[in-house]
Amino acid sequence: MPSILKRQTIREGQRDFVEEVIDQGSKIFPRADMVTLRACIQCGTCTGSCPSGRRTAWRTRQIFLKTLTGERKEALSAEDLWNCTTCYTCQERCPRKVRTTDIVRALRNLAVKEGYMRQDHVRVCQIVLKYGHAVPINDEAKAIRQRLGLPELPPTVHQYPEALKEMIRILEETGFRALIERKE
Amino acid sequence: MRQYAYFLGCIAPNRYPGIEVATRKSLADFGVNLLDIKGASCCPAPGVLGSFDLWSWLVVAARNLVLAEEMNADITTTCNGCYATLQEANHLLKHDVNLKNRANESLAKVGKQYRGSLEVKHIIELLSDEIGYERIEKTIRRPLKGVKVAVHYGCHFLKPSETRMHGSVERPTVLDDLVKSLGAQTVDYKDKAMCCGAGGGVRSANLEIALDMTAEKIDNMIDAGADCLMTPCQFCHLQFDRGQIELNEKYARKYNLPVVFLTQLTGLALGMNAKELGLYDNAVSTENLLKKLQ
Repeated sequence: MPSILKRQTIREGQRDFVEEVIDQGSKIFPRADMVTLRACIQCGTCTGSCPSGRRTAWRTRQIFLKTLTGERKEALSAEDLWNCTTCYTCQERCPRKVRTTDIVRALRNLAVKEGYMRQDHVRVCQIVLKYGHAVPINDEAKAIRQRLGLPELPPTVHQYPEALKEMIRILEETGFRALIERKE
Repeated sequence: MRQYAYFLGCIAPNRYPGIEVATRKSLADFGVNLLDIKGASCCPAPGVLGSFDLWSWLVVAARNLVLAEEMNADITTTCNGCYATLQEANHLLKHDVNLKNRANESLAKVGKQYRGSLEVKHIIELLSDEIGYERIEKTIRRPLKGVKVAVHYGCHFLKPSETRMHGSVERPTVLDDLVKSLGAQTVDYKDKAMCCGAGGGVRSANLEIALDMTAEKIDNMIDAGADCLMTPCQFCHLQFDRGQIELNEKYARKYNLPVVFLTQLTGLALGMNAKELGLYDNAVSTENLLKKLQ
């Protein structure tokens, strides 16, 4: 990473990554929100507001610097990218109205496409693909439900197997299963 | 009688059924009927699934929205995470025709179509706007006198403010006002607006970091003299309740601050008993709080 960020660094540096992040985010969010990435002035209000940054090496400002200077691999492979709790405090406080948290979400989508994903997260996704819930029912909860006068299974995909199939079909159609189950 | 489609999500029905019961009973007491959304799935979880693939996140959310549209009912939810997903997905789909058309292409494969005909409201909005705190204050049968409540707002009810539009994110009052209408008092504590630590996939992959945030918040609440902590979110609820046990087991701490969901606290003030509200089913005992109410 350059020790001093010069005007030239961005002009001549790899701009493709900035465009890639904006394009990725714009698949879902308004493009006008995603281009706010370019408005970052590296003031550090984000890092100063970050509850995760108080206890981990996650530095929001730094990931934006890496993104703006085209350090694609460093930005996408950063383990700390996954320490953001998406609390939106930085996004609310950004004096340049950069959609920081939403851009972090776009960066994570790109990281996952590149294969940078935590096994614990993959496991959560596998559970959703199997049960339709990230936190599925267990015996303890079944017993509590009955004691409280609720049906043993909630009226969700747990009670309706056809609905579960439908939901899983959507996750196959959107490519989610392939994303999770692909072999490196 | 006003009706809402109650989006259960995962954690209330599958870990804290007391939240589901308390919500149904408290709202029924005010003439609000909560309908089942048959076949609803995970919202899906914004932290992990949204971080992995926003497109898949959006289409599954759209399916859940469609199920409520087919019932001609607005959605309500007791989880900031579900609210984040469904409110944001609904907002994005309503404001971008191309996005809506693309989502409908995927939904058509399972015979569904998103129209954009409903609103997604957090249970807080039903209590504060639909029912109103004045009416709550007049209706309660057992004011929670002398109880000091530390309110936790969570992140995704209020933020991002551009889409949520619930006023100040730095100094919100909507939950403090609810507590006051129940006859209890709230305590101010350091970093009140801070995250519980669980969101964004942090709990599932970096539990110790999530717990470190949880501990900081609980410490601040205890320092302020709280008798209990009130949550508006199933996921924050789990993080604070199970989290205290995890902190005690991992780091030999001795946390025992009772964690109560906002509709459970409302149910208590309406005169329902702790047992039917599931208050004996938490990981952290609620005994000290309940003794204070006797």
